[in-house]
Amino acid sequence: MADLNICISPDSITTLGLGSCVGIAIRDPATKIGGLAHVMLPDSTQIRNNSNIPKFADTGIAELVKRMTAKGANPGRMVAKIAGGAQMFSFQNKSEMIRIGERNVEAARRKLAQLRIPVLAADTGDSYGRTVIFYPETGDFVIKAVGRPQKVI
Amino acid sequence: MADLTLETMSNQYYDVLKELGNIGAGNATSALAQMLQCKVDMSVPQVKLLGFKEVATLMGGEEQLLAGIYLGVEGDISGSIMFLLEQKSARHLVGKLMGMPTEGDQFTEMEISALQEVGNIITGSYLNSLSMMTNLKIYPTIPSLAMDMAGAILSVPAIEFGIIGDNILLIQTQFFDEVQLDGYFILIPELESYVKILSSLGISV
Repeated sequence: MADLNICISPDSITTLGLGSCVGIAIRDPATKIGGLAHVMLPDSTQIRNNSNIPKFADTGIAELVKRMTAKGANPGRMVAKIAGGAQMFSFQNKSEMIRIGERNVEAARRKLAQLRIPVLAADTGDSYGRTVIFYPETGDFVIKAVGRPQKVI
Repeated sequence: MADLTLETMSNQYYDVLKELGNIGAGNATSALAQMLQCKVDMSVPQVKLLGFKEVATLMGGEEQLLAGIYLGVEGDISGSIMFLLEQKSARHLVGKLMGMPTEGDQFTEMEISALQEVGNIITGSYLNSLSMMTNLKIYPTIPSLAMDMAGAILSVPAIEFGIIGDNILLIQTQFFDEVQLDGYFILIPELESYVKILSSLGISV
């Protein structure tokens, strides 16, 4: 939660129990350099206490791309997959909390579009948690959930 | 007191919150005992300010299955409260309540509604004692139940705390009947509400 890291093939990278948070996997297919961010909130500019870069979709994605580029990945080749953004409870009372999962997904897509990184696949929304594993070798994004068959997007 | 943050709160505030947690959990335990018609003991609650990752670790890791009951709080204070129970403990409670042991990973609709009622009564008595002590009007909204991985359930309070900082305020309580039941309360008032709670108890903030 509120974390990010890069990962180079043949290693894989995982984040456990995504709920309303969103996992953004980015990969440069040529160098097979990948990375995964687990962000909690959509927009760092809406919050006063915003020094925690991986917590927000906008700053988290920017930081991940920066770190991958530093390792030799080319931002022009990068592609992304996203998962998470569930609404865990059937109601959420505070207005700013309503649709937080959905808003996280929207914010992630917006930031990726701004950086011209296409989203190849997504498994978002609904009301269940997801554990994800990302393989920079193939670009496979494996999604596991309780009581559901495993998915690969 | 706009600059109040969880990170800079003094020990005195934690002691107060611990005491509120103690009394609240005590009342919740009595309610639980009445419902189960047996003796239920509880340990002295621990109040901790933890990072997002530490909370999941404490509850057995991000993939530990938990039942979470989440409800909003309205009235003089606003925020929300979550009661978490390990799935094993949840199953034990439901079995006891329904008078027969239950098995498997999935809960039936009947068991889910029993669990929702357990959560309702526990959080209700918790808030009630908070309201009595502080003389503040506190109304719960309708509770909602989720059973999933700890990380996924905790993402909801984590995000709410995430708006104001990088930590979660957790009240951990252990209940015992024949077996140990691990329960956790996460009280999520907005910051102004902390001030109201503390000042209603005569503590200048």
